[in-house]
Formats: sequence, structure tokens, C-alpha cells
Amino acid sequence: MSAGKDHAALAQVFNNDENRVDWHDETLWFVRAKRDRASHGIPDWELLRETASQIKHNVLSNMHNYLVQFEENALTNGIKIHWAADAAEHNAIVLSILKEKGIDRMVKSKSMLTEECHLNDFLQDNGVEVIDSDLGERIVQLAKEPPSHIVLPCIHKKKEEIGDIFHEHLGTAAGESDPQILTETARQHLREIFITRRAALTGVNFAIAETGEFVVCTNEGNADMGAHLADVHIASMGFEKLIPQRKHLSVFLRLLTRSATGQPITTYSSHFKKPRPGQQMHIIIVDNGRSIQLGREDFRNSLKCIRCGACMNTCPVYRRSGGHSYHTAVAGPIGSILAPNLDMEKYADLPFASTLCGSCSNVCPVKIDIHDQLYKWRQVIVKNGYSTKTKTAMMKGMTLALSSPAIFNLSGKAGRLALRYIPFAVNNGLNPWFKQRDMPTPPEDSFTDWYKKNRKGEKP
Amino acid sequence: MSRESILNAIKQNQPELSPLPTEVDFCFEDINPVEKFKQVLEFIGGKLHAVSNYAEAKEYLDSVMPPAGQWITAVPEFQDHAAFVEPGDPHLLENVDVAIIKGHFGVAENGAVWVTEELMGARALPFITQHLVILLNKNNVVPLMQQAYQLIADKEYGYAAFIAGPSKTADIEQSLVIGAHGPRSLTVILTD
Repeated sequence: MSAGKDHAALAQVFNNDENRVDWHDETLWFVRAKRDRASHGIPDWELLRETASQIKHNVLSNMHNYLVQFEENALTNGIKIHWAADAAEHNAIVLSILKEKGIDRMVKSKSMLTEECHLNDFLQDNGVEVIDSDLGERIVQLAKEPPSHIVLPCIHKKKEEIGDIFHEHLGTAAGESDPQILTETARQHLREIFITRRAALTGVNFAIAETGEFVVCTNEGNADMGAHLADVHIASMGFEKLIPQRKHLSVFLRLLTRSATGQPITTYSSHFKKPRPGQQMHIIIVDNGRSIQLGREDFRNSLKCIRCGACMNTCPVYRRSGGHSYHTAVAGPIGSILAPNLDMEKYADLPFASTLCGSCSNVCPVKIDIHDQLYKWRQVIVKNGYSTKTKTAMMKGMTLALSSPAIFNLSGKAGRLALRYIPFAVNNGLNPWFKQRDMPTPPEDSFTDWYKKNRKGEKP
Repeated sequence: MSRESILNAIKQNQPELSPLPTEVDFCFEDINPVEKFKQVLEFIGGKLHAVSNYAEAKEYLDSVMPPAGQWITAVPEFQDHAAFVEPGDPHLLENVDVAIIKGHFGVAENGAVWVTEELMGARALPFITQHLVILLNKNNVVPLMQQAYQLIADKEYGYAAFIAGPSKTADIEQSLVIGAHGPRSLTVILTD
């Protein structure tokens, strides 16, 4: 990842290839359209969203008790429970479990939390090989890239590029880009991995306080292939994944995939309650900044997120800037309100990577006020002095202009004259508004002049 | 080590207790659940075949499944047709071609079938097999997930899953490919 670069600079890299931007935009809009069809097929969709949001609100307000209850029930079920304050502790726990069993090769199913913790790099540095088993994750892993989307990890890659990666690493014929053939190749390659790995790590979609079980949702069945064939199953979960009772899954499983991909449900919704005889099952409950977010009234609703990715698919900025431009594990609108909580300075750019159009909030299945939170973060970031120097200077200039009618009128006139007579002064790379846009033709008069002419006698 | 500090931070930072929402009755369009189940199952890549008894089911499977392959079942009535799954190392199931299990019930709105561990014989079986067959009684199809979880709310199991169609992926340019890691096909046999 390009360290030190902000969203705008990274988006510019993505924008260099205009055809790819159009293709990325259309592909994600196609997924968003499928989401619309699926949600419109449910007469009670809005009631479902409201119910989910209220359940999650109850969870946030009773998190302490639910976690204690979950832990107690999971222990009774024979699952080992670990608590990790941050990414480093999470990674150390995974390593210690593997070391204790003398295991140096692990298979993993998709988990954005382990991306957040940079688990793969840590384990590899400590002599443990990790293979991602979700097809999209495996592709980006072979390409030595992070996922660019939480549900569609390699949505930024064209099939020809994937064909080249498979040719290099998995021995497919040069130039082969047929998805069916590439998927079959990955199936054979990963089957051998599933059969030979003694440890499997999965994420957690939902954890149930009442029963101490957890649910993992996949379409490929990779979490199950890993977990059911391994001696050790490690499940990593952010504590916000809790829901109170098993029956509440009826609400969340209806919302999750309809919002994510437009499917009525994932192929597999696996409920892990007890380890199978002879197997060890571990759950690592991770904080990593979540308890701080819980205390921030304006931002705590972001912890309701069920990671469907609907906000990304609908976001006009995400679709045209690509997931990698967000330089954080969870990209898009939801990532842009989660990341500043972890490191406000490092992610100060992200709440500005938005049009504030509200589309993200409209599609969110748990009704997170995403665009309002983006707006609030902007204010917090500026107040804390983390906004960029140019933005601060521009805002100060705007404040001056907007507070004085004389300066406002003068700068308006200057702008119109410049656009008409010296367009090169604004139509150049130094003007951020000129990027990917044509500057407008200026009107003859300012609004005030027009009003004076056309509404004589009335006070503007 | 971190347990107490995490729990304390949460306790201090969580908002004032807000109640759980009251039970809601979600509505289901007035259509035949079995019809809807079939329609959705086929939409998500599964197949449905209705029979009146197990003899008919066996005849049907013989005509559509790979004949020479390794057939395994967790259904006692199918022991004359497939090897009965033995408890033990799941790796021994590596080369299973056809697995025949029972499902508890189906869900019309999403084509999913609820299967618990004891119906699978081995947890790995429904995933490792090349082709999966689930036997389902036609009277056991509920309209929505709400009714599904009413049926399983207090049931005991070590592992269970909703299975909705064959294993699939669309990770390469959103092209749907059936048979990612798990079964290349799912056939639900609806019995009387």
C-alpha cells in the first residue's frame, strides 16, 4: 500500500485508466441493482431494517452483559475464549495456539478482522504459512495485494489479469481467462490445502449471546471445508458481532446477502456451537478501538455494521476511485467512518472521500446514519487540526468571502472574468476542480446583477 | 489478561439500556410455500425432484448421478444403495462423489434447507462431496426465516447449517461459477 498518500492521490492513480474506472463503476452498479431487486421482493423490507437496527441498538447498550453471557455459554459448549485488546494481541494469540500444537501451516476463510490486524504478514514473519481459501481472497493474496472490497475482494481485477496470476502461480495455460476454468483450477489447488491443513481460521458473521454459538456465512463453503477437516478451528470476531438470541438471526440472515449481492441467502449459513469430538475450537474476541467507538455517541452506530458492502456498491466515490484508494482494510463509506476512530491523523482524508449524497445511509440494512457520520467526522477532524493545509486555507478564504458582501461580489466577478478571458488560469492541473471535469461556461452576470435587472424595485 | 480491561471499557462506554424490539410478524405473499421453495431453489442453482417414496428416489438418483462413484449416506433407508457413513476421520471422505442426507425443513423465501450435525453423519460430508442430495418431506417447508427460527429456537446441536444450493462463486468478474470448493450440484428430493 502506498504509505503516506491520501485518498485523492491514490484515487488519481486509479483514475489514470479511464476504461477501468468505467468498468469498475458499472460492475458495482450491477451489484447494487441486484440488491434493489432483492430488497423490493420483500414487502416488509423497511420494517426488517428498522427491527435489525433496534436489535443492534439493544446490543450496543447491553454489550457488557451479552459478552459475559456469550463467554459463559461458549465455555460450557467446550469452546476456548480469548480476549484481545488490539491487533498485536490478537495476532499473538493466534500464533500461540498454533505453536502449542506445533502447526506451521494454516488455511483461512475470509475475515476482514484479520485484514484489519494484518495477521497474514505477522504469521509469515513468524514462520507460519497462511493460505486464504475464498477464491477472491486467494487471487489478491497471490497478487500480493489487500482485498479492495469486503464482500468482493478482487472486484478491481479483470479476468485476464487473474488468468496471468493463475498462469504464474497455479500453472494454467498462458492467456487462459475463462472464469469456469480458473475456478476449477483454484478448486483443485485449494482442495489439496484443505485436506492437509491441521488448523483453520474463520471470521464470525454473528455470535449469539444466548447460546454461545457463532455463525459463518459463505457461498463457496470454504469456511466449512477448512473447519471440518482441521484439528484446530480458530474464529476471530470483533465484539460488535454479538446478537442477543438465536431467533434474531432470522432478521439478519434475511438482510445480509440481499444487501450484499442480491442473493436471498448465502449458500452456507453455518452454526458452530461445539467443537466436533477430538477438535479444538477457539474464539478470539477483539476490541482494537471498538470500545472507544462505543463511547463516541456520534459514531457508535457504526458498530451496528454487518459488513454487507451495500454502501460501497452504491457510493459514487468508491465506484470511481477503487477500494485501494481508501488505504484501510474496510474501504468505502463504512470504512471511512470506522478508520478515523482507530487513527484520526492517518485516516483524516477518508471522511472527505464522499459526496454526502446519502445513498449509503439509504441502502444500509441496519440503518447506520453513514453520511451524517461522515459529515460529523469532517468537523471533528478539522477541529482537531488534522485537515490538510490547502483545505484549511481554502475554508478560511471561503469564510472571509462569505462573511463580506464586498469581497464576495468582487471574487465572483473575478471568477467570471477569469473563466471568460483567461481560462488557462483555472483549466489546469493546479485546480482540483478541473480534474475529470470541464469547467463551466460563466454566466454573463452575477445572480445579484441579474436580480437587479429583472426584479426592479424588489429588494433582493 | 485483556478481558477485564475490555469489559470495563465497554461497560463505561455503552449507552443507556435500550429495549429489544417487540416481536414482529413479517408477512409472506399468499403463495404456495412448496412452489416458492422450488422456484427459489432453482434460481440459486439447485434442482428439485418430487417422488412419492424412497424407491422412486433411488431410481431417480441412479438415473442422474455418476454410477461408478463412491456413494455415502447418513440415511438408514438408503444403506442398500450407498455406504453408511462411519464416525471417524473426516479425511476419509475425500473421494466421496454422492452424499445422501436428510434435511429437517426447507425455507420458501430463500430455498435453504436446515440440516443439523446428526443428519449429516459427519460435519464434512455435505461440503466435501462432489454432489449433494438432501431428502425433504414436502410438508416441511416454512415460508420465512422467522418460522424457521421458531422451529430451531431452543434445539440442541453441536453444528448445523442452512444449505441453499450448490457451492458457488462469482469472484472472477461477477461470472457465476457453480462448484467452488464444495458440491458441484445440490438435488433436493421432495418426498410425500
